[in-house]
Amino acid sequence: MWLRRKTVAVWNFYLDGFRNMTWGKALWVVIVLKLFIMFAVLRVFFFQPVLSGKTDEEKGDIVFENLTQPYYDRNSFD
Amino acid sequence: MIETALIDWSRAQFALTACYHWIFVPLTLGLAVIMAVMETIYFIRKDDFWKKTAQFWMKMFGINFAVGIASGLILEFEFGTNWSNYSWFVGDIFGAPLAIEGILAFFMEATFVAVMFFGWDKVGKKFHLASTWLTGIGASISALWILVANAWMQHPVGMEFNPDTVRNEMVDFWAVLSNPVAVSKFFHSVLSGWMTGAVFVIGISCWYLLKKRETRFALASIRVAASVGIIGTFAVMFTGDSAAVHVAKYQPMKLAAAEGLLDGGTRAPFSVVPGVEIPGLLSILATHDIDGFVPGINDILDGYVDPDGNEVLSAEAKMYRGDMALRAFRVYRQLKDTQPEAAAQVRKVLDENAEYFGYGYIEDREELVPPVWLVYWPFRIMVGLGSFLLLVMILVLWFERKGRMAGLRWLQWVALLSIPLVYLAGQAGWIVAEVGRQPWAIQDLLPVKAAVSSLSTGAVKTTFFIFVAIFALFLAIEVRILVKAIKKGPAVEEIE
Repeated sequence: MWLRRKTVAVWNFYLDGFRNMTWGKALWVVIVLKLFIMFAVLRVFFFQPVLSGKTDEEKGDIVFENLTQPYYDRNSFD
Repeated sequence: MIETALIDWSRAQFALTACYHWIFVPLTLGLAVIMAVMETIYFIRKDDFWKKTAQFWMKMFGINFAVGIASGLILEFEFGTNWSNYSWFVGDIFGAPLAIEGILAFFMEATFVAVMFFGWDKVGKKFHLASTWLTGIGASISALWILVANAWMQHPVGMEFNPDTVRNEMVDFWAVLSNPVAVSKFFHSVLSGWMTGAVFVIGISCWYLLKKRETRFALASIRVAASVGIIGTFAVMFTGDSAAVHVAKYQPMKLAAAEGLLDGGTRAPFSVVPGVEIPGLLSILATHDIDGFVPGINDILDGYVDPDGNEVLSAEAKMYRGDMALRAFRVYRQLKDTQPEAAAQVRKVLDENAEYFGYGYIEDREELVPPVWLVYWPFRIMVGLGSFLLLVMILVLWFERKGRMAGLRWLQWVALLSIPLVYLAGQAGWIVAEVGRQPWAIQDLLPVKAAVSSLSTGAVKTTFFIFVAIFALFLAIEVRILVKAIKKGPAVEEIE
């Protein structure tokens, strides 16, 4: 009961705060727009992690090749 | 082989994002303290004027916070995409502080920022004041974790390289957290934010004085901001001194580049500008001893003996050791499953040379020298502007206390025009720190050319220009909203 009352109070605190915003509303538009550009455009179309979808072992193998192959190409050593 | 153009565009993109991020962070850190001090005065004096004053600067804080929010996350996107070798190689050492930062920032900011903005007249005054302070403390703690991660790149400690996983693994969290570079970097960066906040508040307040508006509000704001700014600037100087000692010890090439010092020695001079030197000052700054030895660029490349009698290897010797480490790394991975005993022997060779791992990638000793002019001049800009801004803040506070500030239009103009200068000083500081450590992504362990992902240069160029457009747009939005709010002014007219 106590927990429920507190949860409702916290919820109402945030709800009233957002409802009574004046200049803050414009800022929320900016925040939402920015997050949309970051996560729905940049992340999806331009910044997919190169190693995503690989197991840790595969990631280690890929980075090992990336770290050593250019060096060995240069030094013709193996 | 990785193209030079790809490395340069990837670096340019990262630098652009980091510089953009650093526009918002110092103002957040500085305004947080200034508005908390103002609310504390309101709490003590119970004078509504101070409540309205604090609320106005909270509004500025809110605008800056909203536009700047999550801009640091773009850096994390870039780590995964453009710097994937680096991201994997650093392992949890970099990931752990960033994860802590993300969680802490989210919970502290979501809680206390909300109470600060929504809680007036809804929560007790004490709780509200505590929330305002905790907003600032939360922002500083967020900065701590980011700077711990950055400091580790400058001076890697508390880890061991595991060739099986190709990752550096943390073996001593405390060593990472208490890294001396992290400690001085944290205080230097956060306190420089106090300076930024102070110069911003003083500049805007002087705009009101120039317009002959909200005079009491402007003078009161100047009083608080200049006090915070002067304390912050002296602390920045103090922490800058310890940062110089750490750079001299752990990244001597950065110091030599910042001074344009080709040949070092004892009683090394400090270069004010080319051709103007102060004898012995560099030795004092770098070692706290006028007879302290400061190596120059040639000493570092040729090798030297440090004041403790330790031999510092030449570039060629380090490159040889790096070569050994890389060869051992390769052979170990080939032998570890089929010939474990031989692999163990090779592993020993790798471990013995691991501290020079990154030198294996260096083809020419000249690669080890960062672009000197791009370290030398930003250092002078940072120090010169920092000293100038300190003088402005002292003058502003002095004349305010004498009751003459409202009539000094020249000083009001100087203070207003100082706003871009404080940003320039902050950006210059980061250029010194980051360009000065080139060619290293991680000092001595991984150069940027090995850290970068093999992407198409065109793709990186495209995202660079997309960022230029997006960052310019959001910066324009911030400036527009800030200007509108500043023109509207604080709601203190009725109680002036």
